[in-house]
Amino acid sequence: MSIKRLSGVHAPHHKNTAECAPQRIPTPDKVIIPMNMHIGAPSTPVVKAGDLVKVGQVIGEAAGFVSVPVHASVSGKVVKIDELLMANGAKAKAVVIEADGLQEVAETVVPPTVETTEQFLAAVRASGLVGLGGAGFPTVVKLSVKNPNSIDYLLINGAECEPYITSDLRTMIDDCEHIIKGAALIKKFVGQKKTIIGIEDNKPEAIKLFQEKTANDPDFEVMAMPSLYPQGGEKVLIHNATGRDVPEGKLPLDVGCIVINVTTLAFISKYIETGMPLIEKCLTVDGSAVAKPGNVIAPIGTPIAKIFEFCGGYKAEPRKILYGGPMMGISVPSDEVPLLKNNNAVLAFAEKEATLAPTTACIKCGRCVAACPVGLMPATIEHAFKIKNVDMLNELKVMLCMECGCCSFVCPAKRELVLTNKLAKAMVREASQKK
Amino acid sequence: MIVTCSPHIRHQDTTKSIMRDVLIALAPALLVSVFVFGVHALVLVAVCVAFAVGAEYVFEKACGKPITIGDYSAVVTGLLLAYNLPLGLPLWMAAFGSIVAIIFAKQLFGGIGQNFANPAITARIVLLISFTGPMTDWVTGYPDTVAGATPLTLMATGQTDKMPSIAQMALGQIGGCIGEVSAVALLIGFAYLLYRKVITWHITISFIATVAVLTALLGQNPVYHMLTGGLMLGAIFMATDYSTSPQTPKGRVIFGIGCGILTVLIRVYGNYPEGVSFAILLMNIIAPHISNYTRNKALGGAAK
Repeated sequence: MSIKRLSGVHAPHHKNTAECAPQRIPTPDKVIIPMNMHIGAPSTPVVKAGDLVKVGQVIGEAAGFVSVPVHASVSGKVVKIDELLMANGAKAKAVVIEADGLQEVAETVVPPTVETTEQFLAAVRASGLVGLGGAGFPTVVKLSVKNPNSIDYLLINGAECEPYITSDLRTMIDDCEHIIKGAALIKKFVGQKKTIIGIEDNKPEAIKLFQEKTANDPDFEVMAMPSLYPQGGEKVLIHNATGRDVPEGKLPLDVGCIVINVTTLAFISKYIETGMPLIEKCLTVDGSAVAKPGNVIAPIGTPIAKIFEFCGGYKAEPRKILYGGPMMGISVPSDEVPLLKNNNAVLAFAEKEATLAPTTACIKCGRCVAACPVGLMPATIEHAFKIKNVDMLNELKVMLCMECGCCSFVCPAKRELVLTNKLAKAMVREASQKK
Repeated sequence: MIVTCSPHIRHQDTTKSIMRDVLIALAPALLVSVFVFGVHALVLVAVCVAFAVGAEYVFEKACGKPITIGDYSAVVTGLLLAYNLPLGLPLWMAAFGSIVAIIFAKQLFGGIGQNFANPAITARIVLLISFTGPMTDWVTGYPDTVAGATPLTLMATGQTDKMPSIAQMALGQIGGCIGEVSAVALLIGFAYLLYRKVITWHITISFIATVAVLTALLGQNPVYHMLTGGLMLGAIFMATDYSTSPQTPKGRVIFGIGCGILTVLIRVYGNYPEGVSFAILLMNIIAPHISNYTRNKALGGAAK
């Protein structure tokens, strides 16, 4: 099958921590657990100040279909329900727990009974799982398939195309069995016909491991992908693995695909075995300001300053701190922000890496056009946004932008093309609401 | 703490580094030019560059705009204009051309990236029409600098027996503008630009190929047409100017073919023996439309 590969950019890999086996950090004395760590309705807190909680206990209940419960990541006392300004600008309720250090596990943490599809989906929802690849989409929504016969592919996303991040690689190497078991569980309860794991070819170790482990399964394919960012973009992966394109406004399910990140999948099978909900995360800690970069396992809600502290602290003054990788990560205002469910890395950069070159005039070189995996014309979109022409923005298909950052990355004039795309999308949304 | 929108890393290329690469790519042609025509070629280049950069500085200063001479784009314009002039052109005319290029073709449209026509081409055409005599007063260099017609003039006037050999044309022993005489030097520059990914192959190759095919169809010698006149210089360095050519690969091929067709039509049927400048200028005008009509099909979006 020959599929025309989508374009992208050769971002520097910086996979410095690929050899670092994850280390568990000591239980922090305080965690801040926000109620909206996923796309969709924020969860509703069900504890109050003064309550004693145990590890794995529900502290926030799902508030709708596109929502999942939130669990306590430490045992201790709830000190307050705070109003927290999230990095995306939204305000959210957050439960602040003072840890007692005992890490007593809640009685509710028992392996779930999973015999039917309904039970399986209920278990996935109860686990509090959101997509761990970065976007934070509740996984149960992805798996809620109306017509199981329509699912042709389960695509396991092991691309990990973001520079610096190696936590997925560590999961693939250290927890290969759980990923394969997870795929089998989904096959049993959701019923895909074929399973493909996509891994960028800069991780030959992981590719080899999966080829060995799945050699006997004709329906399980290991796909080596070029190390061309953003191979891990959902639509990019679907296109490159199956040749199918997700139409505007549709979901992968509409083209018979489910895309799940490797760590998400590993978590599902571990949850079915143990019943321990999503309370901790393996993540990469790196960046030019970090003394000892590495992979760590930390409770959700840990202030990220504690995580940096565990990694030897700062060796230079941090000027920019990111949730996630440098291509799509969100820069946060301080290191007091908590670790979220969907974080796969926290990076701290010193002055040199934190400051960007000044923006100059667009020279219409067309590099953004050549780099865009979706095939958009970012410079033209920028022009349409400037003149506030919503019709033109629609014609230019701005809503298809997945905000991967390739256009800004290659721009020799250092223009903020992704930012413009985000603002343009907001402008289009606002205009369509007015209609 | 610095808070910005993603991405937080950028490619190392800047406008300045791209322009620097173009200057490096233009260097072999300059060396050949000095070798063929002598030091006076260097004087012509110096005047054009100085007046181009000076005009940009003075204009931006006068308008209170940020000074952009540091991005080397004015240097490139001055250099390209000089390459498009005959050796004997009075220096004040060359200086005038540089001012026309920077102020009338570039700055009055908003500066770098905003101009719709290639500044050097525009200035060359203004000079060609205003000072037709001096602009077509060719000398042939190496070993002796003597007055002589360009190969295209010879072809146009039917003096094919006086045509130089292909080797002479490739190396620059012919009459012509100072920067266009050596196809080999220009092709070295082309290879460098491709290697540095400053330009893509689309415009240059489709332009030259179209000229070759069409002239062959019209019963002329395609090799002569490819190696003479400003074709190499135009196809490699002028037609590929970012702001005046389409941004999509498909659009670039259409643009190159259009340039090629117009060049051949003007060369074969027009009053001027050479048509590269006019062809590029005409295609510059429709480049934005070509861009619009050749948009990539968005992934998952219906084609426009």
